[in-house]
Amino acid sequence: MAKEERLFLSGNEAVALAARRAGVALGAGYPGTPSTEILERFSDLGGCAQWSPNEKVAFEVALGAAFGGARAVVTMKHVGLNVAADPFFTAAYTGVSGALVVVSADDPGLASSQNEQDNRRYAVAAGVPMLEPADSQDAFDYFLAAIELSERWGLPVLLRMTTRVCHSKTVVWPRAAPSPPGVPHFERDIVGRVMIPKYARLAHRRLRRKLAEIAAWNETSPVNNLLAGDQALGLISSGIAFMHAREAAPQAAMLKLGLTYPLPLEQIRRFVAGVDRCLVIEEGEPYLVDALRAAGITVEGKPDVFRFDELNVSRVRKIMAGDVAPEAAAPAERPPQLCPGCPHRAVFETLSKLQCIVAGDIGCYTLGVLPPFEALDTCVCMGASIGVGLGLRHVLPAAQARRVVSVIGDSTFVHSGLTGLVEMIYNPPATGHVLVILDNNTTAMTGLQEHPGTGRTLDHRPTGRVVFEDVARALGLNRVFVVDPLADRAAFEKLIVEGLAAGEPSVVIVRRPCLLIAEKHRERQQAATERSGTE
Amino acid sequence: MTDQVTNVIIAGLGGQGVLTAADILAEAAFRAGREVKKGELHGMSQRGGSVTSDVRFGVRVFSPMVTAGEADYLVVLAAEQVANNRIWLKAGGTLIAPETVDESVLPDKRTLNVALLGVLSVYLDLGVTLWQDAIRGHQAPRFHEANLQSFDLGRAAGRRARGA
Ligand SMILES: Cc1ncc(C[n+]2csc(CCOP(=O)(O)OP(=O)(O)O)c2C)c(N)n1
Ligand code: SF4
Repeated sequence: MAKEERLFLSGNEAVALAARRAGVALGAGYPGTPSTEILERFSDLGGCAQWSPNEKVAFEVALGAAFGGARAVVTMKHVGLNVAADPFFTAAYTGVSGALVVVSADDPGLASSQNEQDNRRYAVAAGVPMLEPADSQDAFDYFLAAIELSERWGLPVLLRMTTRVCHSKTVVWPRAAPSPPGVPHFERDIVGRVMIPKYARLAHRRLRRKLAEIAAWNETSPVNNLLAGDQALGLISSGIAFMHAREAAPQAAMLKLGLTYPLPLEQIRRFVAGVDRCLVIEEGEPYLVDALRAAGITVEGKPDVFRFDELNVSRVRKIMAGDVAPEAAAPAERPPQLCPGCPHRAVFETLSKLQCIVAGDIGCYTLGVLPPFEALDTCVCMGASIGVGLGLRHVLPAAQARRVVSVIGDSTFVHSGLTGLVEMIYNPPATGHVLVILDNNTTAMTGLQEHPGTGRTLDHRPTGRVVFEDVARALGLNRVFVVDPLADRAAFEKLIVEGLAAGEPSVVIVRRPCLLIAEKHRERQQAATERSGTE
Repeated sequence: MTDQVTNVIIAGLGGQGVLTAADILAEAAFRAGREVKKGELHGMSQRGGSVTSDVRFGVRVFSPMVTAGEADYLVVLAAEQVANNRIWLKAGGTLIAPETVDESVLPDKRTLNVALLGVLSVYLDLGVTLWQDAIRGHQAPRFHEANLQSFDLGRAAGRRARGA
């Protein structure tokens, strides 16, 4: 037998390694903190990985691969599952022939997100089994368990991670992978895969039967662990909250849940009956508490103040003590800023000077909201800048409507701005509109990933490129301009002034690479030259 | 036992090498056969905001996060970040502030992170060769020499600080 390996990996790296060892044929996703490194590492390890335009497309590509009998993974941050929710729900009905693991990386505490939604509720809503790793070892093991579950029951499986599990590094002993993947091939199954009402009615019942079977299996499954301890206090926990709880109360009896949907209710009932006091320690929404109480199991939950923000050891101690005194403020932080010399700066200086009402979007450029610019008036979700800008234009008095501008990044435009552009052409406001696309040649916010507008694949090889000005013109827009605001600030300002006055929709594409990607490109160029020089 | 856990916080600003320093420390502890966990928040860190990373090692470690008021060591890379990060340090804990090393003697100012690890290394029982291997593992080869030199300068400064 090969010598046992001992590795030190982040949760994301552990998932990538497990995916590689399990013979996953395709990994698709869209970048989003804290999930991004999974596919990057999977690719580095030799796996076939791709960035799709958005999470919905990535999900569908992975689903197709799993229909074809392959093992597939799709990765996204929590809000990405909102975008992919449509196929997610119905894929639970169709099921899969191979395996499909859906990684959702949630962000309790909002380290880098616009909300702190708890995607455990999605597993329940869609009827998709869910595993919650607590560290990198779990991330590795549970990924393999997800593959096995997915193949055994022919269902997609949700691997629900959180920021601290994704980004913390812990020791991993890789276990042996499950049986090798099957050979992809197409097998016709019209009743199972074509969700017309007649067949979907059958599929809904089939899904519920499978979930009942999985619940029964979960009663004795190896992914839930009972840790003996003092019966005065019993703790039920899952994910990273387990680690904080174990540290805060090492003497307590514990039930660590790994497969948290469908729940092993009888095992939990027995555990609760065996302890004097039972407390559920969970981060985010009271998902476990609600589910257990609905099943008639009496447990204590956390006070509502602990629903907000992430947990840590001292907060768990407070939950155990019922201490709801106001918490000490976190250390003051210096907020991030647009890099000195960032091309986005010139844009916001100009929009601020022209007193524009700016419907903004998500990316580095969201930092345009902070001083000295304070030039962003709305930011909701990726792509919303265009719809929100148009809606404002439709109802505001003309003098105000004429000041409204939508600002969107290049990666965000491909993600969910294309349909907004179509809306602008189809339902143009009476005053026209101005859409500014910030084409900095990268997805900067999440760490410089490629996207369809860069014309390079996830691993930076050349591929087809979506050219924004060609798209806008082909859709029938007359006023389409490309400008570099650092090279000619006055020209940029003039385009905006004219666009605001035009009375018909305009698109202004601001094309100037992000400083960091420009440097990356120089480094890659240099490395390539050095390589070819030594050959 | 949790009481045998060593808790370290490394703090600074984006671009200063906080995360690399934490990686090197965690790797040295890992190579020493310890149970290690390293936590960090990175997302907007490239844009110059504050960054902290937690490294915990010992026999048995559960949470990847250091609890406020329980850090044994606080290593800070930016003078302006000392005051706000003090809350991490336990009573009697050791603060390693940027001025512990004389930046002007470093071969490269960007190696301040590794120099401060040199200071920290004087307090921890992790072998010097483990540190050196970890430094090589987390830096491009052309930076090895400068970093190893800064690490030694940091060790010398650490011995002086500890003796004083
Ligand atoms: C649905 C969804 N997926 C992913 C993210 C994470 N995310 C935030 S902004 C962004 C893209 C930023 O790229 P771009 O629009 O090119 O702007 P830049 O950061 O380069 O300025 C991503 C991937 C998100 N917030 N929502
Ligand atoms: S990373 Fe790039 S896009 Fe983001 S602020 Fe810096 S220069 Fe601008």
